[in-house]
Amino acid sequence: MAITMAQALNTALHDAMAEDDKVVMFGEDVGILGGVFRITDKLQERFGEGRCFDTPLAESGIVGTAIGMAMYGYKPVVEMQFDGFTYPAFEQIVSHLAKMRNRSRGTVQLPVVVRIPFGGGIGAVEHHSESPENYFAHVAGLKVVSPGTPSDGYSLLRESISSADPVLFFEPKRRYWLKEDADLPVRTEPFGRAVVRRAGTTATLFAYGPMVRTCMETASAAEDEGWDLEVVDLRTLNPFDSATVVESVKKTGRAIVVHEAQVFSGFGAEVAAQVAERAFYHLEAPVLRVGGFDIPYPAAKLEEFFLPDVDRILDAVQRSLSF
Amino acid sequence: MIEDRDTLLGLWQRMTRIRRFEERASTDKEADLLEGYIHNYSGQEAIATGIITQLRADDWITSTYRNHGHSIARDVPLEAMTGELLGRTTGVCGGKGGSMHAVDQDLGMIGGMGIVAGGMPIAAGAALAARRRGQDRVAVTFFGDGAVHQGAFHESMTFAALFNCPVIFVCENNLYAETTAVDYHLIAGSVIAMAEPYGVHATQVDGMDVFAVRDAAEQLIARARYTGRPALLEAMTYRYGGQYEGDTQTYKPPQEVAQWRARDPLLTFRRRVTEPGLLTHGDLDEVAERSRVEVADAFAAAALAPWPDPSVLLTDVYTEIS
Ligand SMILES: Cc1ncc(C[n+]2csc(CCOP(=O)(O)OP(=O)(O)O)c2C)c(N)n1
Ligand SMILES: [Mg+2]
Repeated sequence: MAITMAQALNTALHDAMAEDDKVVMFGEDVGILGGVFRITDKLQERFGEGRCFDTPLAESGIVGTAIGMAMYGYKPVVEMQFDGFTYPAFEQIVSHLAKMRNRSRGTVQLPVVVRIPFGGGIGAVEHHSESPENYFAHVAGLKVVSPGTPSDGYSLLRESISSADPVLFFEPKRRYWLKEDADLPVRTEPFGRAVVRRAGTTATLFAYGPMVRTCMETASAAEDEGWDLEVVDLRTLNPFDSATVVESVKKTGRAIVVHEAQVFSGFGAEVAAQVAERAFYHLEAPVLRVGGFDIPYPAAKLEEFFLPDVDRILDAVQRSLSF
Repeated sequence: MIEDRDTLLGLWQRMTRIRRFEERASTDKEADLLEGYIHNYSGQEAIATGIITQLRADDWITSTYRNHGHSIARDVPLEAMTGELLGRTTGVCGGKGGSMHAVDQDLGMIGGMGIVAGGMPIAAGAALAARRRGQDRVAVTFFGDGAVHQGAFHESMTFAALFNCPVIFVCENNLYAETTAVDYHLIAGSVIAMAEPYGVHATQVDGMDVFAVRDAAEQLIARARYTGRPALLEAMTYRYGGQYEGDTQTYKPPQEVAQWRARDPLLTFRRRVTEPGLLTHGDLDEVAERSRVEVADAFAAAALAPWPDPSVLLTDVYTEIS
């Protein structure tokens, strides 16, 4: 059956809440409306206001309250309406959500999921198009997850909700309507496992979230050039599956990391460093990064120049090959 | 309400320009001619108009994603607004800001802020700068009912009261924060009640009546200007449209829009000035028609204006490009 990413995520929430009455969902406009992207559609109708509720417009309050509830028996899933609205909650996430377990010497577990629709491609300017995943990947104590396919959307969200550690769950909003043939419920590879989406020999494209699809399109387009690209979907930035990454580089000898976030100090730098540390002698060319420019996310008519696309990725492949 | 003819016509011109602009933006968005999110200000015209026309040219305002009304009331040229909505070089930000982020420093328009409550502490800081420099400028920060739940609201009120910042907090209480009704979220019952503990002088006003807003604004602005004390104005109003264009608005009870439209700020103005014979319907119709034409011309001009060159992406991030 063809399902969209949005349906997969919505079903994952329904199933998790049906299975465990300690799972609660809250955030701005998630109740009556079902969220601006309808990811929480019909949760309040089905499970009642006690389990899915609208909050005041206060992200710090949302995450902080989730922390308190998680300490005492609940498994809160909260929604940040858009990527850029996560910043008012930054303090609660970084200073408390991430650190409480360590601070309490392991006595406190915080099974909190912070869902964040992220990334661009919908013409919605700064705050509504940002890729803040690496701010959080940098924080010890958080897991950082980003599905690139509907099946992974379902499975990784279920795993996030049952995780005893806090998870920042980055939903690729431009792929909410991406379809895949799959039957729900579905279980895919667990956290910490990158997946080879397309096997190839010429070079490896590493991506997660919205760029997985773009890399798959690039690999198809590359066939015209006679290039056989491998696409590795990283899926979880933390935990990071360096083994699969290294294995792929050993095979192809060329690595290109693709993300929407700006390149400077982005997650691609971590991938490049891991490859350099563990597969240096297998590299035929430097690891290249394709990502957003080092500028604030641009206005609608300029975003097509900003976002990595097939041409820019192919160009990087060319540069790698001609090194 | 003792206003001269030019003042009255000026108020009417701004309100009709805003209304026509928003109507046009709405139909253009529906026809998929505009990119990104468009937040309609229709219904709230009396607030931007009533307050901003009481400011001096060297005062400041901050606004939100719903900033078209404030920008137009502050006399940002219509072509600069339409240019920005269409992402052209003629836009007030050269096409780099978009509908939510109009900035015009020359007019003291610090900017539309896409982040709820983002402008409040900045306005307080601008006001503090004026005070410390011995200037009598004031800042007005516009925000919605939902914004009072952000820490930035409480932090700004504390700073403003503590440091004597001549800033006027203007809450446009339009009954909804996105789809969430004030009956549900506004736990203090009103926004003025939230100002009290901070010692910030607060008044509530009918935001559908430009004269009531102007009177309240005049007092609060003068008070801030001469004493340096902050103030808060809660203007009761209603947004006719959705949170953004395309919002299905299923959360609004039937009849609610009609009830508020009966108190329409433009209709109210018309009644208030024609009944005592201050202006004629003919006077008003003439200005309204001019506004309609100006808006249509501005949209037409923007559609013909050039797109920004992609190279502008890399400019203005730092003072110097390294
Ligand atoms: C910090 C932050 N959180 C969430 C949003 C998304 N958002 C945009 S407008 C809005 C509702 C704001 O309501 P209100 O303050 O009443 O202003 P109004 O839109 O009614 O003018 C929300 C939740 C945002 N822009 N910023
Ligand atoms: Mg509101």
